[in-house]
Amino acid sequence: MLNRLLPAVAMVLCLFVPASRAHAQEPIQPILQEQSELILESSRRTIQPAIDAIAASGLPEAREVLATWAARDMWQRIEDGLFFRAERNEDRSYTLHDFDTGESFGPYDKDALEQVKPNSGIRALIGSALVRYQLSDPDPAIRAEALDNLDRNGEASHMEPLAASIDAETDPELKARKERLLTLLTIRFAKDKALRIAAIESLAGDLDVAVRATLNPLVATTLGAGTALPEGRNIARELRPGTDALPRVEAYELLVAEGLAPKLVTSDALRGMLAEHIVDGAVAGVPLESLSDPAARREAFAGLVEAGLVEAASTEADIDASLAAHVFYETYAEPDAEVTEAAEEALSSIDLKVGVNQFFDLGLDALSLGSIYFLAAIGLAITFGVMGVINMAHGEFIMMGAYTGYVLQQVIPDYTVSILLAIPVAFAVTFAAGVAMERLVIRWLYSRPLETLLATFGVSIALQQLAKNIFGTQARPLTSPDWLNGSWVVNDIVGISYIRIAIFVLALIFLGLFLFMMKKTRLGLETRAVTQNPKMAASMGINPDRVNMLTFGLGSGIAGIAGVAIGLYAQVTSEIGQQYIVQSFMTVVVGGVGNIWGTLLGATMIGFLQKGIEWFNPSNTLAAQTYMIVFIIIFIQFRPRGIIALKGRAAGD
Amino acid sequence: MKGSFIARNPSILVFLLCLAAFTLVITLMSHAMGTGLVSTSFVKTLGKTLCLCLVAIAMDLVWGYCGILSLGHFAFFGLGGYMIGMWLMYARTELIVAESLSNAAIPPTDQEVVDAIGTQIFGVVGSSDFPAIWAFAHSLPLQLALVVLVPGLLALVFGWLAFRSRVTGVYLSILTQAMTLALSLYLFQNESGLRGNNGLSGLQNLPGVSASQDWVSLWFLWGSALALGLGYVVCAMVVSGKFGSVIRGIRDDEARVRFLGYSVEGYKLFIFTFTAIIAAIAGALYYPQAGIINPGEVAPIASIYLAVWVAIGGRGRLYGAVIGAALVSLVSTWFTGGMVPSVPLGFYAIDWVDWWLVLLGLSFVLVTLFAPKGIGGLFDLVTARVVPDRHGADYGPDKGSLREEEGRK
Repeated sequence: MLNRLLPAVAMVLCLFVPASRAHAQEPIQPILQEQSELILESSRRTIQPAIDAIAASGLPEAREVLATWAARDMWQRIEDGLFFRAERNEDRSYTLHDFDTGESFGPYDKDALEQVKPNSGIRALIGSALVRYQLSDPDPAIRAEALDNLDRNGEASHMEPLAASIDAETDPELKARKERLLTLLTIRFAKDKALRIAAIESLAGDLDVAVRATLNPLVATTLGAGTALPEGRNIARELRPGTDALPRVEAYELLVAEGLAPKLVTSDALRGMLAEHIVDGAVAGVPLESLSDPAARREAFAGLVEAGLVEAASTEADIDASLAAHVFYETYAEPDAEVTEAAEEALSSIDLKVGVNQFFDLGLDALSLGSIYFLAAIGLAITFGVMGVINMAHGEFIMMGAYTGYVLQQVIPDYTVSILLAIPVAFAVTFAAGVAMERLVIRWLYSRPLETLLATFGVSIALQQLAKNIFGTQARPLTSPDWLNGSWVVNDIVGISYIRIAIFVLALIFLGLFLFMMKKTRLGLETRAVTQNPKMAASMGINPDRVNMLTFGLGSGIAGIAGVAIGLYAQVTSEIGQQYIVQSFMTVVVGGVGNIWGTLLGATMIGFLQKGIEWFNPSNTLAAQTYMIVFIIIFIQFRPRGIIALKGRAAGD
Repeated sequence: MKGSFIARNPSILVFLLCLAAFTLVITLMSHAMGTGLVSTSFVKTLGKTLCLCLVAIAMDLVWGYCGILSLGHFAFFGLGGYMIGMWLMYARTELIVAESLSNAAIPPTDQEVVDAIGTQIFGVVGSSDFPAIWAFAHSLPLQLALVVLVPGLLALVFGWLAFRSRVTGVYLSILTQAMTLALSLYLFQNESGLRGNNGLSGLQNLPGVSASQDWVSLWFLWGSALALGLGYVVCAMVVSGKFGSVIRGIRDDEARVRFLGYSVEGYKLFIFTFTAIIAAIAGALYYPQAGIINPGEVAPIASIYLAVWVAIGGRGRLYGAVIGAALVSLVSTWFTGGMVPSVPLGFYAIDWVDWWLVLLGLSFVLVTLFAPKGIGGLFDLVTARVVPDRHGADYGPDKGSLREEEGRK
C-alpha cells in the first residue's frame, strides 16, 4: 500500500513545492552529496545513516527527497554527481528537476544519468522515515496509512513525531488510534520506567491482539542453568528438575548444552561405538551374541572406557548428582523487574477477560450448532416424534432441499432471489416426495415400525445413489447472497457469521410455526387426535389417511427447508443427509419424543455439549463427537424417555 | 418335543450337507488343487461371504428370534477383525524387522526390536510408540482371546445399560446405531492407537507361512465354512427348546413374558452378548481374507445392510439369514464389479455400477412391503404342501416371522 501511495505523495508535493521556494534557507543537495556513497551503494545494512541524515535535516524538501527516492524516481547526473528527481519524456530521454529550486534541466539521455535503485528493504526503511511527515499530512487517508505502517514496524524514533501529531489531530478515530499506538510504542521503547509501567497498566483488560503482541515479548523467558542464580538478571522463577515444567531429561540436556555436564550416551550412539570396536567377534571381551542384552552392552562399554578407546560418559547416578549440584531458572529478556511484573499483571487480567469472552463466543457457536441440529431434527420431530414413523430417508430429504437450492441457483443468477425462492420450492419438492413416500410405502407399515426403518432405509440409499448419478460426487456450492456474507463482530474474540444468525432465526421461525400449526390449526388438532387414537379420531369424522399423509409431507417439507439452510453452511454432497441423520434422531430421542420443546432442548444440549467438549480438545472434533454420543448413550440410561417425557395417556405404551 | 435334535430340525442336516458339498466343490475347483476353474480372488470372495453368512445368523438370532433390531452388530464384527488384525500386523512386522536387523553389526536388544516395529506400524500416523491397547499384540493366544472378550464386554456393558433402563424397539435401534457411530468416529482418530483412517493393512499375509495365497485362501475358506457350520448348529440349539421359546416369547410380547416370571433382561443380555461374540469371530475370519480393515467398515450403514440381508433372506429362520447374506453380497459383488452389461435405453445407458444401489434400495422396499417373510418364505410354499395349513391368526404385531409353524413344534 505504502509503495503505491508514495508516488502519489510525491506528485502532490511537486505541485506546491515551488511555492515554498522563497522560504528555503538551506539546500538539501549538500546533504545528499555527503551521503552520496551510501545512497549509491544501496545496501539495506548501511543505508540507515543516509536516511537519518536526510530526515534529521529538518528541511521541508526532505520529505520530497525521501518520497522520490522510495518511488525510484531519484537519479544522479553522472557529470557532476548531483541528485535530481527525474521525469521520463516520451522520447525516452529524461528531464531532471532540482529538489531545492524546482528548476528543470534536460532533456538528458539515459546514458548521462544513473538511477538510484532502492530495494524493497531500503524502501521499507525510507517508508518508516517518511511516516513522521505523513502523520501530520492533511489527508486523513495518508495519516491512516502511516498508522498502519507504524502498526507493523514502529520504532523508538517514531514516538516523538507521533506524540507531536496527536494534539493537532482532528479526526477522533485517528486520534484514538494514535494515542493507542503511542502507548504501545511507549511500552516497547520508552526509556522512562514509570512511563512504561503506567502505559502497561493502562492496557489491563484490553482485548486487542496488538496489546498482547506487545506485552508477550516483555514476559518471554529463557531457560538457564548454573551453579547459582545469576546476579543482576531479571529472574522469572526457579525450576526444579523432575517436575512437569522441567523434566529430568530436558534438565540434563540443558546442562550438557551449557557445558556443565558430560554428554549422556544414547542407545544409538552406544551401539555405534560398540560396532566400531568389534575385535574378533567380541567387544572389549564381551562376545557379540550376548550384546542383545543392555547389561552386556554397558559392560562392554565400560571395558572400552577402561581400555581408553572411548570417552567416558555419564551414568544414571551422575545425572542425579549433577542435577542436584545446579540450579535451573527462567530469566526475562526484559531486565527491569517492575516492568515485567506490571506486564504479567496486565496479561493475567487480559487472559481472564479473554477467557470470559471465549466462553461467550463458544456459547454463540454452540447455540448456532444447536439451531442447525434443531432445523435438521424438527421435521423428524413431526414424522418420528408425533407420528412414530422412523424415516431413515429424512437425511435424503434434507439433501433434496439442498440440491433444489443448488439447481435454482443455476437457473436464477441473482443469489438473493434464488435463496428466497429456494425455501418455498424446496418445501414443495420435499413435501411432494414425502407425500409420495407415505402413500406408497409407509402407509402399509404403520403396524410394523421396525420394518418402516428398513423400507425407508432402502428409499434412502436409492435416493442417495440417484443424487450421486445426477449431480456427481463432488461437492456443489450453494452460494449465499452478499448480505449474508461477513459476520457480526463484537470484539476481537466474540463474533458470529450472519449465515449462522440466519439459521438461528430460521430455527426460531420454525419453532413458532410448528407450535402454531399444532396448537391453533385444524390440521394440528386432527394430527394430535390421529396420533393419540386413530380409530376414535376416524369415528369423529377425521380421515386418518389424509391427516397422516399431510403430516408426513409437512415434516418432509421442513426437512427440505433445513436442507437449504444447511447447504448455505456446509458443502452440498449426496451424503449431506447422512451426516445429520443419526444426530437428528438422537436430538429427538434425547429431547423426548412427541414434544417440540424437548427437541429444542435436545438440540441445544447436543450443540452445547459438542462445543463444550471441543473446548477441552479444540484440535479434535472427531473426539468431541465420539464423547458426545457416549454421553448421550449414558444420558438415555437415566432418562430413557428424553428430557421432556410425556406422562399419562399421551405417553402411549 | 419328540425325536433327536436333528430330527426335530431337519434344516440343520440339509444345511450342513449343502455347506460341505459347496466347500468340497470349491476346493476341487481351486488353483491350489491345480484345476484352477475358480480364481483365488473368487475363493476369497466366497470365504468372505461365508463369514458374512455367519454374522447374518447372529443378526437373525438377535433380531429375528429375540426381536432386538440391533444396528450395531457390524461394529462387533469390525472389532473382532481389528483384534486379530493387530496380531497379524505385529507378528508380520516383527519378522520383517528381525530380518532387517539381523544384518546389523551388533545384535539388537528387545527394546530396539519393539521400537523398530512401532516405527514401522505407526509411521503413517506420525508416531512410533505402542499405545497401551497393543500390549498383547505380540501373542496370538491372548489376541485371540481378545477377539471374543473385547466385543463381548462391549456388548455386555452396552446391553446391560440399555436393557436395564428398558430401552426397546426403535429407541434401541437408534441407540445401537449411535454406539456404532461413536465407535467408528473413535477409530477414525489417530489417537485411538489403531492407525486412524489408515486402518490395519497387509492382513492377508500370514506371518511365518510360506504357502502361496492359493492355499491360504483355501484354508480360510475351510475355516469359515467350519465356523459357519458350527455357528449354525449352536444357534439352532439355542433357539430350539425352552430357551428358544422364551426368546421368541420376548419378541412377541415382552411384557407378557416378564409377567410370567422370566428375567427378560437377562435373556436379552445373553442373546445380545452371545451374538456379538459370534459376529466378532466372523469378523476375525473375514478381515484376514479381505486384507485390510479401516474404520469405514464399522460405519452405521454396514450394520443396516446386515439387517437388510436378514430381512431379504427371511427373519426367524437361520437358513433365511444365510440365504439373504450370501445372495445380496454376491449379487452386490457381481453388479459393482462391472461384470453386468449395461442396459442401453437409447437416450441413456444404465450402467449398473451406478444404478445397482438404486435397484437394491428399491428391492428392500418391495421385499418389506410384499414379502415380509423374505426369500426363506419360498420354502414355506414347499412345506405347506406337506403339513396341513391350519390358517391360524397372527399372534403378535410382528407379521414378518414364522409364529404359526414355530408354535406347532
